Amino acid sequence: MLSNIDWGRVRTVARTDLKQLIQARDFWIPMSLLGGFFFVVIPLILLLSITTIGANDVVAQVSQTLEVLPASAQDQIQGDTPEGRTGYALAVFLFAPVAVVVPLTISTAVGAATIVGERERGTGEFLAHSPAGVREIYLGKLIASLLPGYVTVIIGFTAYSLIVNLTVGNEIGYWFFPTPQWWLMILWVLPPFLAICLSLVLRLSAKVSSTAAAQQASGLISLPLIMIAYSQATGVLFGAGAMPIIVGAVAWVVAGFSLSRGLRSVDRSRLLGLAAGA
Amino acid sequence: MPPPMTADLTVAVRRVSRRFGDVHALTDLTIEVPTGAITVLLGPNGAGKTTAIRMITGALGPDDGSVEVFGVDPSGPEGLSVRSRCGVVSAKPSLYDRLDGWDNLRYAAELYGMGRGAEVDERIHDAASRFGIEAAMDQMVGGYSTGMKTRLALARSVLHGPDLLLLDEPTSGLDPESAVAVLEMIRSMTDEGRTVLMCTHLLLEAEGLADQVVVMEHGTSLVWGAPADLARQYWPTPTVRIASPDGTALAALAEADGVVEVEVAGPADATTDEGASLVDHRGAPLATATVEIDRPERVPALVARLVNAGVPVASVVPFDPTLEDLYFAVRRTRGNPADPADGTHSPPPLVATDTSPSARARRSRVAEMAR
Repeated sequence: MLSNIDWGRVRTVARTDLKQLIQARDFWIPMSLLGGFFFVVIPLILLLSITTIGANDVVAQVSQTLEVLPASAQDQIQGDTPEGRTGYALAVFLFAPVAVVVPLTISTAVGAATIVGERERGTGEFLAHSPAGVREIYLGKLIASLLPGYVTVIIGFTAYSLIVNLTVGNEIGYWFFPTPQWWLMILWVLPPFLAICLSLVLRLSAKVSSTAAAQQASGLISLPLIMIAYSQATGVLFGAGAMPIIVGAVAWVVAGFSLSRGLRSVDRSRLLGLAAGA
Repeated sequence: MPPPMTADLTVAVRRVSRRFGDVHALTDLTIEVPTGAITVLLGPNGAGKTTAIRMITGALGPDDGSVEVFGVDPSGPEGLSVRSRCGVVSAKPSLYDRLDGWDNLRYAAELYGMGRGAEVDERIHDAASRFGIEAAMDQMVGGYSTGMKTRLALARSVLHGPDLLLLDEPTSGLDPESAVAVLEMIRSMTDEGRTVLMCTHLLLEAEGLADQVVVMEHGTSLVWGAPADLARQYWPTPTVRIASPDGTALAALAEADGVVEVEVAGPADATTDEGASLVDHRGAPLATATVEIDRPERVPALVARLVNAGVPVASVVPFDPTLEDLYFAVRRTRGNPADPADGTHSPPPLVATDTSPSARARRSRVAEMAR
């Protein structure tokens, strides 16, 4: 499937798409705000209110919630004070959606416009006449869609780690974040979910007639995926032993299948806006 | 069974059909593009010119028929080698508005396997200079005018030194000076041994350039060949145009010896080549007779016949059909000079590239007009 691919051309397509994205302030400023809101603002307010301000009612409510966590998860919670244990539980177990929602939202927004956008701007004609293979174009655009979401996660994750360690870590007495489960989620579980989502979104982008239609339809695809990814990510964080590795492995297999289907689904006529029967 | 492709053809499109749903974009289209010549596809909007170009690069495959470019099928596994040797300017410039001129051309250079670096940048600069766009290369293309975009698209198309240039309305949106510069560049490309296939509906620019023309309509080729040869097929006998205020007397020339056919345009219809109404020195309207005769020596006798009958003769001009005359004659007769009613007649065979003095004179006309 990936034989005879000129990876230099893949890099060129990805790099050029990313360069255009950097020029599109109207896109990346809102997306940066989204990442900042989820990774910095919300965690900072919540964790500070628990550890520094001493919001007793919040601590009490979260402590009750901790009772329903699996025993394996409860065993992992560290800290000697209620504030410390509550902060630890929030930081480690309850912010999983942050790591899932943000990259999927950003990458979906980029990916939905990528192929149909080439058609709308008329640049698909240039690509269709060029020596670049459709698989090279597809992979280049996949990478260009995946990177903004994943880079946001890396930056946001770093900021989030600092916030957690500076607030909850000081309460507990040492810096504990990221935990092994978070490393596994960020490096092993999240990427295949991103790939699955983007393989579907790019196929959609090749088929629809406008960027607006692609954005709307990709929402229908990405929302269930976000829910699945969220549940799996939570399971990864709660689980122990081989659980995160198994979840990630299954996701990678599905991603591989989905990508191979995606590679076969794009042809040059789609770059011209001449889908079969159109 | 289509004949095998000959060595001096760069493109051979044979009996190609292509449908999009219920729409027949191409029907039994045949185009042959000789190497090193300029072939012009003429036709109204929707004739299938753009689809034909897409077939030639392999961006689209045919439903029926065959396409060979450089001897291979461009929509097959060897399509990459074809596209690498083609330079395309689409009807829309197909440029990235959020990149500057440099990045647009660097992107093309990398996709066409030229790589990156100082040497490539130098070639980019040369290509940009050739089309007078080098001063704007640092600007975002989104801020370019239509003419600047077309120039950049042209620079991109020649950047990798293609053997075949496919130009879809390349002067669209250009001012007259730029258009002439582009046409001169296109001519210089064939002087360097490259092959050019150009789509246009501007007959004047084709008149100045075309070594051969293909007239298309409804996705099929009506006729193709060198303009002078096609003109000979449509006007096989010598023809003169005689202008006079007396249209009735001109019509009576049909009875003169050696006259094959007379077609009279009344005063309201008779116009100069530039489109102005024909009038005599006193401003009186003139009729014009297009008179086909069996041999040129008949002309003095025809003029004498009119003068002896007291009919004033304003002008007698040998009729040298322009591409415009040819184009409308072809479309009027749907490709068959012998039988206008039968549109199914096969196009005439491909003839050699037109290098006759009259063709060369026609080619220089565009440059003269610019001067």
